[in-house]
Amino acid sequence: MDEDLHDLVVTVNGNSYARRVESRLLLSDFLRHELRLAGTHVGCEHGVCGACTVQLDGVPVRSCLLFAVQMNGKSITTVEGLAPAADRLHVLQEAMHAHHGLQCGYCTPGILMTMSAFLEDCPDPDEEQVREALSGNLCRCTGYQHIVDAVLTAAARLKETPV
Amino acid sequence: MKPAPFKYIAAESLAHALALKAEHGDEARFLAGGQSLVPTMNFRLAQPAVLIDINPLETLSSLSRVNGHALRIGALTRYRMLERDASIAETMPLIAEALPHIAHPQIRNRGTIGGNLSHADPASELPAIVVALEGRLRAQSARGERWIAASDFFQGPLTTALAVDEMLTDVELPVQPVRSGSCFMEVARRKGDFALLGIAVVVTVDEEGVCTRVRAALCGGGETPVDVSEAAAVLIGRKETAIADATEAVRQAIDPSGNMHADPEYQRHLAGVLAKRALATAMERARHG
Amino acid sequence: MTTRYFGEPIKRNEDRRLLTGQALFVDDVELPGLLHVALLRSQVAHARIKSIDVSAALARKGVVAVYTAEDLGAYWQPGPLLVPPPPIAGIVFNQRTQVPLAKDKVRHVGEPIAIVVAESRYIAEDALADIAVALEELPPVVDLEKALEKGGSLVHEDVRSNVSAHVRQAKGDYAKAAAKADRIIRRRFHYDHGMSSPMETRGVVAQWDARAGQLTIWDTTQAPVFVRNGLAAMLGLSERQVRVVAPFVGGGFGPKIMVFYPEEVLLPWIAIKLNRPVKWIEDRLEHFVATTHERGQIHDAEIALSRDGKIIGIKDVFLHDAGAYDPYGLTVPINSQCTLLGPYVVPNYDSTFTAVFTNKPIVSPYRGAGRQHGVFVIERLLDFAARELGIDRAEIRRRNLIPADAFPYNNEIIYQDFAPLEYDSGNYEPVLDKALAAIDYAHFVKHEQPKLRAQGRHVGIAVSCYVEGTGIGPYEGARVQVQANGKVSLATGIGTQGQGHFTSFAQIVADQLGVDVRDVDVVTGDTDQFYWGAGTFASRGAVVAGNAVNEASKVVREKILKQASEYFECAIEDLELGDGQASIVGVPGKSVRLGELATRANPMRGAVKPGTEPGLESTQYFGPPKGATANGVHAMVIEVDPDTLMLKILKYVVVHDCGTVINPLILAGQIHGGVAQGIGNAYYEELMFNEEGQLLNASLADYLLPTSLEVPRMQLDHTVTPSPLNPMGIKGAGEAGAIPVGPLFAQAIEDALGLAEKKVELCEIPLSPNKLWRLLSGTGG
Repeated sequence: MDEDLHDLVVTVNGNSYARRVESRLLLSDFLRHELRLAGTHVGCEHGVCGACTVQLDGVPVRSCLLFAVQMNGKSITTVEGLAPAADRLHVLQEAMHAHHGLQCGYCTPGILMTMSAFLEDCPDPDEEQVREALSGNLCRCTGYQHIVDAVLTAAARLKETPV
Repeated sequence: MKPAPFKYIAAESLAHALALKAEHGDEARFLAGGQSLVPTMNFRLAQPAVLIDINPLETLSSLSRVNGHALRIGALTRYRMLERDASIAETMPLIAEALPHIAHPQIRNRGTIGGNLSHADPASELPAIVVALEGRLRAQSARGERWIAASDFFQGPLTTALAVDEMLTDVELPVQPVRSGSCFMEVARRKGDFALLGIAVVVTVDEEGVCTRVRAALCGGGETPVDVSEAAAVLIGRKETAIADATEAVRQAIDPSGNMHADPEYQRHLAGVLAKRALATAMERARHG
Repeated sequence: MTTRYFGEPIKRNEDRRLLTGQALFVDDVELPGLLHVALLRSQVAHARIKSIDVSAALARKGVVAVYTAEDLGAYWQPGPLLVPPPPIAGIVFNQRTQVPLAKDKVRHVGEPIAIVVAESRYIAEDALADIAVALEELPPVVDLEKALEKGGSLVHEDVRSNVSAHVRQAKGDYAKAAAKADRIIRRRFHYDHGMSSPMETRGVVAQWDARAGQLTIWDTTQAPVFVRNGLAAMLGLSERQVRVVAPFVGGGFGPKIMVFYPEEVLLPWIAIKLNRPVKWIEDRLEHFVATTHERGQIHDAEIALSRDGKIIGIKDVFLHDAGAYDPYGLTVPINSQCTLLGPYVVPNYDSTFTAVFTNKPIVSPYRGAGRQHGVFVIERLLDFAARELGIDRAEIRRRNLIPADAFPYNNEIIYQDFAPLEYDSGNYEPVLDKALAAIDYAHFVKHEQPKLRAQGRHVGIAVSCYVEGTGIGPYEGARVQVQANGKVSLATGIGTQGQGHFTSFAQIVADQLGVDVRDVDVVTGDTDQFYWGAGTFASRGAVVAGNAVNEASKVVREKILKQASEYFECAIEDLELGDGQASIVGVPGKSVRLGELATRANPMRGAVKPGTEPGLESTQYFGPPKGATANGVHAMVIEVDPDTLMLKILKYVVVHDCGTVINPLILAGQIHGGVAQGIGNAYYEELMFNEEGQLLNASLADYLLPTSLEVPRMQLDHTVTPSPLNPMGIKGAGEAGAIPVGPLFAQAIEDALGLAEKKVELCEIPLSPNKLWRLLSGTGG
């Protein structure tokens, strides 16, 4: 069978990309190897670990369960697009740093893309709500406690000075 | 694990999607949320030759009241929308209560009710709810359309009554009568995992609090959702004191298959535990709701 | 010298790159002309290979090459024995190590049979289905006891049994002492540890530059130096021609130090043969069978006690599942054997184990490295003893603790570092006291628990203790260098998989040299940057590499002071370091930046004195004669729903002593992460093999890793008993959190459900609601 190729135009982190892709190319592979945005990580390719989470039109989704070809005309944000400027970090990134919310850092981009969207949806969460929102992202290093602390701190800071 | 090659076609209309399915039959699969289908493709357990992407068919995502007594939900409606819709919280408390148990937020952002029901995993929550509520499901094909009762729709593990050329387009769920209370409960190893056992219950009572109607269905208790309403009907004409009898009847009525995380007898035991708790909660809600 | 950073919760230098998605992991390596690899792995556990036909795969568009064992020729050889058997009298050890591609026989599901090289991983996976392998299936060896029955199937026919090893160690005379005991308690225990499941699976990229004669390998390994040396030798290259880089690695936990995995051996060979760079990234499905596990043991153990609960002796006979090959020697079962002794006085000990070959993936150390198994046995025996003798569980432990004045305490038997197991320092009773106070043990048992029970709530409390041998040799090294720009560069041979080396080591340098911790640039895991070392394992990074960093920093500090004293023509005693400068004490304005001193130390003209070296640089090594012993106590309160058997952790306390602490924030992270893995091991993670040696739950949907909802908030405290074995007094901490969680769960669940009265005992790990159901309903277990 000849490759099933499709043209696609997708916006990632505000930049427009036009590419020709095979239909079965996973979005996770497209971002990492075609666009060289390797911040999004692959942990399982069966939709469980959450490491590949990106925001599709602002909504966190598993990029390993989407085909790049489905993204024609869509807008995606990856971890490379989370910080508001080159010399500034997102409040959540800063909080993760302050609380030692990452060790090996492999699950971290997926958690940032999940929880930054969560904080917009739920600006004043309690610990239980944070843990629920985080439960779709596996971390093997931290035991989650410092991540939870970071999200709660970020929530408090965002309330004071909304982005 | 990378999927095997396939031909991808973005559907331009429902008619287009149905024509393609009629043409390719078993070789083609519809791509909706993809949260169940794509993992199986990545594992190469599913290798469709043609993938018909129905996500562009926005009209298939809808929520509407029908004749004032039922809610019709388009198949492409994502869990995320159901979570955020006031009419679901108001008229479908069973669904609202079950949603937090379905996978995780990222999955719910993409997964659709139609995809879930067509996938028909016996441990899945929504099929049991649709059976408990005595819903009906609309199947459309190039040949026409038909409505299938929930009791006929789920035929086996991952098997539905849909013909090879049909697409599930809507599910219609009756709104419950006044003085009804519902309860959804499940036991899972971790929240969001497939249920070891779950139960969806609706109890209706009269002004005296006597049960006039009960509907109950299990997920995880068999090869399809298991309708245990007949067993639970021991409750009809009686009050809370009959819950123990109803529970025992439910326990005896089922033939659980077991899985790697739960022996069949443990599932039977859980069915009893959850039936007791859910019936009590539903009855309480019916009386005060 | 004032310490500004050491002991402080300094935030990590490496975070920014990781937080912004800019850190390089192995799969991020992109090279022109890169080819991709997929391996055809055995789907059966035990079989003879009759034939392999790769012709259809070769014919597929996009496939560049397909290799089997035959194609490797003389390059094909079994891997090295990483850890030889320790010097124990009477030891039996049958070395059988893994091979790059199966020849003649496959011995576990997942063992590689052929390797496909293609333009993309997608095409390579397509081609796997084209390969036809004819196998003659053999009965698989799965059950440990059946494996030792005469006349059964053999994993390695030439060994003539399925014995990988047999070891007996003893101290005192158990038989004689036990004869005088007031009580002897015997039980059988099953302990299965599971698999590491880091979020990043393994991966290898190999690039051969034929013109430069240079091979570069990116590898998720925990042992880059060892990989470099081994591959250079195998490929007939000089070590100088091979560079191994372990960049950012997404979690190691032990299995990434196993060498050589088949892929590590194959990828460089292919890169040279095809003269094109090649990449292999393990997918999650492969990971379940292609990366090592740490699985199970069956212990028949007995404890002899006096009526006041004092241990007279312990006897233990156990079987250990080694898997299909035993490249890692006996590290895991020796650790079980030694760590069983715990923080307790055990005057007589007789321990025998048989490591058994099975048709399952290789077993090699995973965070805890066999200590869990031993700790489970002793902690459970003490629990049962407490019950029978009518002594409180915490009290029986207290009565047996090694007293504070007994250190160094020699347990005599041989440990994984080949030295007698000697505990260097420790003060165990305060650790137990702190844990009991933090969990409010006495109050809970006497007041809280009865009150909650009266309300119908099934709550339970547990406490478990352990000792952990850490920080073993052979050595590590570090090179510290002040650069012309005033920043300091540090290189060491170990790798980093999230432990915060870029920060903790920088703290040591920063304090010695008086610079800002953010101005210390750390390189780990690159064999071109540092030549010598062993690797990151056995909770030794901070102890061994950390001390090497300290030694090197001290020498550079002296060089700086000497340079500065010449610069100012003053005495060294008049100088101090701070803010990146050398200054004369009490004389404002008399300061010189370290960068300038570095430049002066590397002149373009003039002469460097004979016997000195240019620059402000030093390379030093540190090799401890034996390991330093950390210890800890965990305590937990749980509630169990007696109907569903679902469990919730209400409170979790860890009190830990790892000697001097470099960075308490990083230490807390290590403890949290270890406990999370311990919780997974105790109650969620189970490798479900069937009788055919098939792993039934090879996916993250069914191999259950704990999420943020299963891991509770933990309360941590620590005591500090410095190690006398290294100048900084540090003991290792990486594995601690994971070690005593199994017995904690067993004890707490028994307490919560009143299992003693029901005559039900929990003698296995992992547990689960279903297993509890079976035990309670008498339907098995």
